[in-house]
Amino acid sequence: MKVPVSWLSEMVDLPAGITVEELDAAFIRLGLEVDDVVRPPVTTGPLVVGRVLEIEELTGFKKPIRYCQVDVGEDAPRGIVCGARNFAVGDLVVAALPGAVLPGDFAIAARTTYDHVSDGMICSVRELGIGEDHAGILVLGQDGFTPGTSAAGVLGLDDVVFDLEVTPDRGYAMSLRGIARDLAAALAVDWRDPAALTPPAWSGEPAWQVTVADPERCDRFSMVALEGLDPAAPSPWAIRRRLAQSGVRSISLAVDVTNFVMLELGQPMHAFDRDRLTGPVEVRLARAGERLTTLDGVARTLTEDDLLIADGSGPIGLAGVMGGESTEIGDGTTNVLLEAAHWAPTGISRGVRRHKLPSEAAKRFERGTDPEVTVVALARAAALLAEHGGARVVGAPVDLDVRGPRPVIALDAALPGRIAGVDYPVSQVVDVLRAVGATVDADGERLQVTPPSWRGDLTDPADLVEEVVRSVGLDEIPSVLPSAPPGRGLTERQRRRRSIGRALAEAGYVEAPSYPFLGTTVLDHLGIPADDERRTLITLRNPLSEEAPALRTTLLPGLLGSLARNLARGQRDVALFEHGAVFPGGLTGTAPVPGVDARPDDATLAALLGAVPVQPWHVGVVLTGQREPRGWWGPGRPADWADAVQAARVVAEAAGVELTVRAGELAPWHPGRCAELLVGEQVVGHAGELHPRVCAVLELPARTCAMELDLDALPLGGVPVGPQISTFPPVHMDAALVVADDHPEALVRDALATGAGELLEGVRLFDVYTGSPVPAGSRSLAYAFTFRAADRTLTTEEARAAFEAAVAAAASATGATLRV
Amino acid sequence: MSGANDPYDPKQVAALSPEALDAAVTAAVEAFAGAADLAELAAVRPAHLGDRAPVLLARRELGALPPAARSDAGKRVNAARVAVTDAYAERLAVLEAERDERVLAEERVDVTLPWDRAPRGARHPLTTLTDRIADVFVGMGYEVADGPELEAEWLNFDALNTGPDHPARSLADTFFVAPEDSGLVLRTHTSPVQARTMLERTPPIYVVAPGRVYRTDELDATHTPVFHQVEGLAVDKGLTMAHLRGTLDHLARSLFGADAQTRWRPHFFPFTEPSAEFDVWFPEHRDGPQWVEWGGCGMVNPRVLTACGIDPEVYTGFAFGMGIERALQFRSGVGDMHDIVEGDVRFTTAFGVEQ
Repeated sequence: MKVPVSWLSEMVDLPAGITVEELDAAFIRLGLEVDDVVRPPVTTGPLVVGRVLEIEELTGFKKPIRYCQVDVGEDAPRGIVCGARNFAVGDLVVAALPGAVLPGDFAIAARTTYDHVSDGMICSVRELGIGEDHAGILVLGQDGFTPGTSAAGVLGLDDVVFDLEVTPDRGYAMSLRGIARDLAAALAVDWRDPAALTPPAWSGEPAWQVTVADPERCDRFSMVALEGLDPAAPSPWAIRRRLAQSGVRSISLAVDVTNFVMLELGQPMHAFDRDRLTGPVEVRLARAGERLTTLDGVARTLTEDDLLIADGSGPIGLAGVMGGESTEIGDGTTNVLLEAAHWAPTGISRGVRRHKLPSEAAKRFERGTDPEVTVVALARAAALLAEHGGARVVGAPVDLDVRGPRPVIALDAALPGRIAGVDYPVSQVVDVLRAVGATVDADGERLQVTPPSWRGDLTDPADLVEEVVRSVGLDEIPSVLPSAPPGRGLTERQRRRRSIGRALAEAGYVEAPSYPFLGTTVLDHLGIPADDERRTLITLRNPLSEEAPALRTTLLPGLLGSLARNLARGQRDVALFEHGAVFPGGLTGTAPVPGVDARPDDATLAALLGAVPVQPWHVGVVLTGQREPRGWWGPGRPADWADAVQAARVVAEAAGVELTVRAGELAPWHPGRCAELLVGEQVVGHAGELHPRVCAVLELPARTCAMELDLDALPLGGVPVGPQISTFPPVHMDAALVVADDHPEALVRDALATGAGELLEGVRLFDVYTGSPVPAGSRSLAYAFTFRAADRTLTTEEARAAFEAAVAAAASATGATLRV
Repeated sequence: MSGANDPYDPKQVAALSPEALDAAVTAAVEAFAGAADLAELAAVRPAHLGDRAPVLLARRELGALPPAARSDAGKRVNAARVAVTDAYAERLAVLEAERDERVLAEERVDVTLPWDRAPRGARHPLTTLTDRIADVFVGMGYEVADGPELEAEWLNFDALNTGPDHPARSLADTFFVAPEDSGLVLRTHTSPVQARTMLERTPPIYVVAPGRVYRTDELDATHTPVFHQVEGLAVDKGLTMAHLRGTLDHLARSLFGADAQTRWRPHFFPFTEPSAEFDVWFPEHRDGPQWVEWGGCGMVNPRVLTACGIDPEVYTGFAFGMGIERALQFRSGVGDMHDIVEGDVRFTTAFGVEQ
């Protein structure tokens, strides 16, 4: 809502010398957020009102040109060349004289053009920087200004316009009237309500037959008929200036007047060409399939929820949103029907969304207008059309008013204080509510409050509490820290999410959260087969991009995207991680939408919560390049499949869970370099090197590695148990075992550990060797054992026996033979 | 070797004479002193301290002396042996010190060499800042509540007093899930966690809900369609806006320093009444101390309490929420939202593992 200060000052007795900054602060205190403070563009030098005395048409040029004698209040008129044609002798215009500098550093000087000396320039609205209109020059009318007076005041070049953001609850503030009332109260100054006018005593037969078939959605419908409008009468500059400042385009006198009254009083109106209407007017719901071409030229198919204004020909307007083309005011319109109504906000909202038509009128009706001012607005508009266009009201106005009594809200006068934590005296509460415009009956602390007609948003005691708190001022509220009951800290799951993030970061991975959207193309690129559950997608009705309309079922596309972006920016060694929700499994049902008057019953609530898909928390890593860089210490080490598996182990360890690893096969991993990650018998994820084809398609470096696991599938770790620490000396022994390649090393290690028994403190693989003398098809695995007893110094014989038992167990499990 | 009862032979015990002992000591001291390094010292040691060295041979002859002479000679021999041993030890210490000095000097390294051998990782500043905010509330006794990002429309809107025709439900702001009657949306704020909490728990309730939320904005320098909020909710008997202000002031001081405070501006949210937006005074702002818009707050609308089964005649509540991206932008002077969402390791690594 754009608010020129000069317009406001016509209604509010602004304190002398009030600054823009003080007004800004006052608006903010009122809850009217100041989006922008627009100051007119700077013009310097002589800019004056002039009167066109003579026009000489110059011919022989590419376009018609006029050479004008313009009275600018000097002894003799000035000769000015002008390319526009929208003015006549006697018109008042704005002339920039030599020495003036218009916005955009446009310096005016006397110069010869079209064989004449032009001693200045007649300006258009755009050249003056006060609007976009450049169809012709600015004509101020034929009287009202004296030639030679400075044009700055006339044009509003000394005016400041506040652009205020009005919250959806406060429709009344979508008008100068509403803002003036609030500002006057905030500044404690007088103001004049522009709606406080008494409509003339129109008499006669009602000018038109009107019926309202849906009083639920239209509880007041008013109309007045005018005739004798001069279709050529221009809008006066005073109105055009306000429209320009408010960002509204000037169209014709009739339309400009309705827009002006809407800005002033907050009542949107519509002007019909009376001669293009046929038969009585009806306000009714549309029939399915009816069509209406609206003023914007769009042919719209209507639904049974669309409220219409119709005549004998069918729909002629989408109620409260936009008029129809068939009855539009045209160049020759002399007879006008003006309509002003009060529409139910929710129906307007639905219409706006359905037809994607957020008009200025709809913006006001959606937020709620003042039903009291429909006839006042008609009277105001009729008076302006009479004054500037010679129109006369014919017959009596139509005013179908089926409003019920305004609701009364019972308010405990102590409630505002209890909610705010501030002690408001009863008298202050009453005063504030009356200043808002409410009627208050006080019986001690029990108040009966009737909100004013323009405050449809005030329905609950809580709304009145807000009015009191806001009006007295939020700064009055003290700062008191409440004491919450003791909490239990983070849950195990919350703690675990933090731990794994920290552990991966400390292991050299950089967290890279990505947008959780994907499309099937990236799943194709990853080689994910058609029947894979990661292709069961939940899609959005209105995605940001048609390429990524679904929610992710895996973290890998996002992670690989981030990896690619880093590589494109010149990084070579990159290790990333992400953890977050994924959305697998598709939808399981539709969520019911119960009422809000009470807590939904248990069955409804269960159905509601049950329809929300489970969204497991995954963690993933991707890495490429050097895992350890080369340096003065020696060569580097490239990232490989084992790093990806190790990342899973880091996660498991941070989660306090033991992870088992075995060979797996799943896209997008390399079939020979994919580890399946298990907890017990449950597969929780995969890790390894990406399939070479995937790297090629995604243009990633060869041997890029990745890991992804379902964190929610890991059981919670439980309380750790402290180990028994023996202080007796250990016995260290090494063994090299020759094992056939088809036996996984983990199996050998498990057999050794089981066979060694309880004297084994630890066994660690320290070398893998292939080549002579180890036979082809086998590997030599070298292990270091540590034996130790809890209660005594171990003898060599005891350690030897345990060692041999370990080797024997490995031999029986895998055919391993001791290398000697 | 002389036995105890051997007859006394003065010639045989000449080695025990004071002169002979002195000569042996002098010879030893000179030999040790003349050794230039540890190898030379080791080479001359056997001649003076070995089995055949004069002072050790002299000691063996003591038995040949008559008992009366033995004590006197024993003292002399012992003194000579100690003198030789000491001389050796002294020289050894000197030479070892010389060697150590030389070797340690040779082993000197350049300690300024870089050791960037372990790759550097980092947590994203959105994560660490969220944790930090949550920790402030956990310290006050709040618990952290979670909720799903793909959420029931009823919980995201209706339960929060945002009726079916509310503008916020239009396609312009919300990601809707297909098909049209799914009843599901990507949550547009963390507020449905409030509703879930009130449906699950009974007052007193003090929770904070951090999480990822979605709105259909295009990514630009200050907007991102996927962003993060922290929302707080307290429902208890006798809670007031003063308690809300106290809570926000405490959070502001915890994050922005002891001089931080909040300022409120009236605003509108369907789920709170009264409602306000709040600014925070940030003394260490990159562009100088200033007020910064931060979030929204208010007293829980009694209609919301009712829809969640809490009696508004008995309990009042307050709620607040703020954007983490926004807090990160002004707290750490991040000018462009792209840096926050694009996953560039150079950006994230600068923030480390904790903040």
